[in-house]
Amino acid sequence: MSETKYIPKSKLAQWFDSRLPLLTLSHHLTEYPTPKNLNYWWTFGGILTFCLITQIVTGLVLAMHYVAHVDYAFESIEHIMRDVNYGWLIRYVHANGASMFFLAVYIHIFRSLYYGSYKSPREVIWIIGLIIYILMMATAFMGYVLPWGQMSFWGATVITNLFSAIPLIGESITTWLWGGYSVDNPTLNRFYSLHYLLPFLTFGLVILHIWALHVPGNNNPTGIDIKKNSNETMPFHPYMVMKDLFALLLFVAVFLWFVFFAPNVLGHPDNYIEANPLVTPAHIVPEWYLLPFYAILRAIPSKLGGVIFMFSAIFILMLLPWLDTSKIRSAVFRPIYRKLFWVLVFTVILLGYLGAKPPDGIYLILSRLGTAYYFIHFLILLPLLGRYEKTDPLPMSISDPVLDKPGVLDKVKKAALKYEGENVGSFK
Amino acid sequence: MSDENKSKRRDFLFTTTYTIGAVGLASAIWPLIDQMNPDSSVKALSTTEVDISSVEPGKTITVLWRGKPIFIRRRTEEEIKEAAAVDLNDLKDPEKDSDRAKNPEWLVMVGVCTHLGCVPLNDKGDYNAWFCPCHGSHYDTSGRIRKGPAPKNLEIPKYEFVDNNTIKIG
Repeated sequence: MSETKYIPKSKLAQWFDSRLPLLTLSHHLTEYPTPKNLNYWWTFGGILTFCLITQIVTGLVLAMHYVAHVDYAFESIEHIMRDVNYGWLIRYVHANGASMFFLAVYIHIFRSLYYGSYKSPREVIWIIGLIIYILMMATAFMGYVLPWGQMSFWGATVITNLFSAIPLIGESITTWLWGGYSVDNPTLNRFYSLHYLLPFLTFGLVILHIWALHVPGNNNPTGIDIKKNSNETMPFHPYMVMKDLFALLLFVAVFLWFVFFAPNVLGHPDNYIEANPLVTPAHIVPEWYLLPFYAILRAIPSKLGGVIFMFSAIFILMLLPWLDTSKIRSAVFRPIYRKLFWVLVFTVILLGYLGAKPPDGIYLILSRLGTAYYFIHFLILLPLLGRYEKTDPLPMSISDPVLDKPGVLDKVKKAALKYEGENVGSFK
Repeated sequence: MSDENKSKRRDFLFTTTYTIGAVGLASAIWPLIDQMNPDSSVKALSTTEVDISSVEPGKTITVLWRGKPIFIRRRTEEEIKEAAAVDLNDLKDPEKDSDRAKNPEWLVMVGVCTHLGCVPLNDKGDYNAWFCPCHGSHYDTSGRIRKGPAPKNLEIPKYEFVDNNTIKIG
């Protein structure tokens, strides 16, 4: 927040702004200096905000038609799909919206990992982001229970039973979560209440996340500090706003492809069968975005151990700013970390694949190897790399990598020169 | 290309972009608004058939149609005469009784006061017909407003006699 102090032009605006500085805030948001070298991986923050708002708005509408009662929940979902005007559209947007939200958040998190955005001075942004991620998982899980299909019911049973692994008090915790001796109407009601609440908490945390971001400013692909308000930055509006909007349009195209052409491809057909407490489906799987953690849970041959490892897999990320001891942020200048990053991406995707497979034979062995590697990456490789990795020399400024060597931009410029002839002056 | 032309092209692009954007936004918002309108299951309940064979003269039955009470009164000869005899100039909302009752013996009305939506009481008020307890509107034997704050006569729903004993409302 290094801009010069903003003073509104009109007297009335000054009067208002000195009492509630909304205009100063809006000025800060439009003029906020962003590094000029941000690439498209940086557009996912805006996309995620869009996802959250879409989920809240469509959820608000679904809540007008949904009934949180074991006898009516499943029926009310069918009522939404068949009777309510555009109910099918709104529900499919909400259900696929959850998947799109996770798709975007995973890209956002891996972008952070690649460019070292979690490192000093951005640790607090990172930790708030992880809390948002955990809230998202809790919200998504409880939302999946609400249709009261077979997967809802048995997913809820399995996940709540995780807590029964806690020694001594485990059983009473699950009973407390259920409000009874099994997943039943009280469980459904409280999940509905919390599913409605958590997105608003998330929204509050998103504001803190952005606030914490605006203190040091954006990281950038080179990972080096930039001089604010120099020729290295551009005002957020209109430059980043336009770029974010363009990326959002492409993202929405993918989103709507799912909604209109494959609305159920990310779901599970068993959830179109009403919950039956007497029959468990042959093959229980969580939604795709939880699968890597599910694979870790099943890889450990002990009930308590599995639960501990699964939760550790998430919480270990909180310690990442301190586990990664390298002073260099961006993987662009870390030849070994750059390779390990892709190994980690591969491992997580592999674990996701294994989470959807039955836990025996080769799948189980691979799950164990994947789980082991996941922890080795964070607990052993990263601390050691900080010491022993020989990093590439950093550029003096974010402009250097572009100016030094002919990159894509120059090729485009050359092509444009050929094409437009004397008009290329306007192309800069 | 001159500068003047260039700015015109820009303007055109801006205008088309904003227009397409506005149309897109509006079509995205419409489902969110329309979902609050009556849904198919509500619309499917838009007719009700009522058996009126057991209604004695001078009695009123109340049935539910679209969540509203419907008064079906089998009027006495006296009431019919009284309703027909009223001078239209005395009425706040002039309507002939013959326009309100297809069959003079049967009066079918939405039992909702046209003032603020309360349900009027039977056989009450200055005209010994309907009286709304909320703000004191008096209706006559044809359900026409005669005294009090209500602006209009009790509404006549769309209905037909399916046979001598059955009325279909809606």
